[in-house]
Amino acid sequence: MARPMTMAEKILAAHAHLDEVEPGQLIECDLDLVLSNDVTAPIAIREFKNIGVGKVFDPTKIALVPDHYVPNKDIKSAEQAKIVRDFAREQGITHYYEVGCMGVEHALLPEQGVVGAGDLIIGADSHTCTYGALGAFATGVGSTDAGVGYATGKAWFKVPESILFRINGQLAPGVTGKDVILHIIGMIGVDGALYQAMEFAGSAIEAMPMEERMSISNMAIEAGGKAGLIAVDDVTRAYMDGRVERPYVEYHSDPDAVYAQIFDIDAADIKPTVAFPHLPSNTRPVEEARDVTIDQAVIGSCTNGRITDMRQAAEVLRGRKVNPNVRCIVIPATQQVYRQCMEEGLTDIFLDANCAVSTPTCGPCLGGYMGILAAGERAIATTNRNFVGRMGDPTSEVYLSSPAVAAASAVLGHIGLPEDLPAVE
Amino acid sequence: MEFKGCAHRYGRDIDTDVIIPARYLNTSDPAELAKHCLEDLDVNFVGNVKPGDIIVAEENFGCGSSREHAPICIKAAGVDVVIAKSFARIFYRNAINTGLPIMECPEAVDAIKQGDVVSVDADTGTIVDETTGQTFKAQPFPPFIREIIEAGGLINRTKEKLGRS
Repeated sequence: MARPMTMAEKILAAHAHLDEVEPGQLIECDLDLVLSNDVTAPIAIREFKNIGVGKVFDPTKIALVPDHYVPNKDIKSAEQAKIVRDFAREQGITHYYEVGCMGVEHALLPEQGVVGAGDLIIGADSHTCTYGALGAFATGVGSTDAGVGYATGKAWFKVPESILFRINGQLAPGVTGKDVILHIIGMIGVDGALYQAMEFAGSAIEAMPMEERMSISNMAIEAGGKAGLIAVDDVTRAYMDGRVERPYVEYHSDPDAVYAQIFDIDAADIKPTVAFPHLPSNTRPVEEARDVTIDQAVIGSCTNGRITDMRQAAEVLRGRKVNPNVRCIVIPATQQVYRQCMEEGLTDIFLDANCAVSTPTCGPCLGGYMGILAAGERAIATTNRNFVGRMGDPTSEVYLSSPAVAAASAVLGHIGLPEDLPAVE
Repeated sequence: MEFKGCAHRYGRDIDTDVIIPARYLNTSDPAELAKHCLEDLDVNFVGNVKPGDIIVAEENFGCGSSREHAPICIKAAGVDVVIAKSFARIFYRNAINTGLPIMECPEAVDAIKQGDVVSVDADTGTIVDETTGQTFKAQPFPPFIREIIEAGGLINRTKEKLGRS
């Protein structure tokens, strides 16, 4: 009988072909997927070529998603995207997504069924931890790790300790997965889970739709976490069935598994939350942020660019106009989300409200393009980071929130809640 | 590996966006990236840093994005070693993999002041503040990590393992 293990430990053990692992152990694992994007893949490709093996280990287990600076924002970006495209063609990479099929990687790969429960995934993008919401162990790495992954299909890991977050009870109406994760990061800090795996459970998680769960796992990295896992249940199965290409494996933490820490959080204590500059941990309830005026609102990204997020934003914007002092930029994260927005009439709501609606891109989230801030400007964004200069000039400011709060703020001209808005006639 | 240089001191949670802002990530050329190293945190850094200098920082150095451009540009800017109280895990991996020496030593970080001349023996983990004469001992790396460092990074170690060195 193996020692009791957490789901993170079980996935790592299975991929290292071991019966059991324990925190601190250094292991080499087989990978189910190696992901990179137009910023990180060019270096990974350079390092891969440096190894000199010629062919990637398995062209079906590599995902190349140009999403950060595409459609190409300038000549240099075009060159980077071309390196990725040429490599994908030369190697016959199955999961390469050209502009027109591409989406923000961490929204696209779950949607397309490229990732599933029980997978071990590395991605040269820190928000790779998103797939933890599907019961996978997925973690961000650098380009060199990805390049070695292309060549060997393997990576080294130090088995992390796990921290369990139990969100008990029921979230208040208007409180979303984004508010839950901002609340947790505010509680434990930006290195509160450093070198550790975060596991989210409890009745509030069980009652939460899949896409809000992805927002939670997505931001595990903002607490320093190596992964952000949620056990598979009927909600996960309903999302994966008919979508995931390969058979998936469910791993559940043993009841007597050992955690470095267990946090019991009362769901009723979580309010709509906003993170002030310049750290995601600098959180306050939205109701204490109403004096912050904004110049821009960004609704999208790998954190909150899925159809659930679009619906929540549209619900607030329906029949209303964006404040004349605000630019509101809406970026559906994938082509499918984009199309669904049109079919459900959400795009009309956005356009009627005077929002700019963009093709999928990471764009403004990391200060790439498509919504850069001038000196001293402030944005509210459904993105994941509010570091100095993240969305533009080093003196600009980013406030992080849920889609509904960002939409309400866009109308108000300052940070606020949907219930602060006058009723639509 | 022994290093000696001037200390550049910074605070906690130095994120990879201030180490190399994303507006410069449309290239992966180390020399080009080095021109903008730490620009949003300290506009004078690139002008002040001399080859062989040392960065000293508090907790969680390199948090945020996985961009390997961060350790690459620090190294290309002339910095030989980063000493911090702790490192964010992706930055830690990236530094080891790309051959940027890093050391965890809270005592040294508390004692070393901006501009102090510091010498480092990365093999023994010994850090000496030459300005004050104080000596510190960093956490040793586990043997597996040492193997990667001694091979000169993960690519060389992979080549060795695949018999391509």
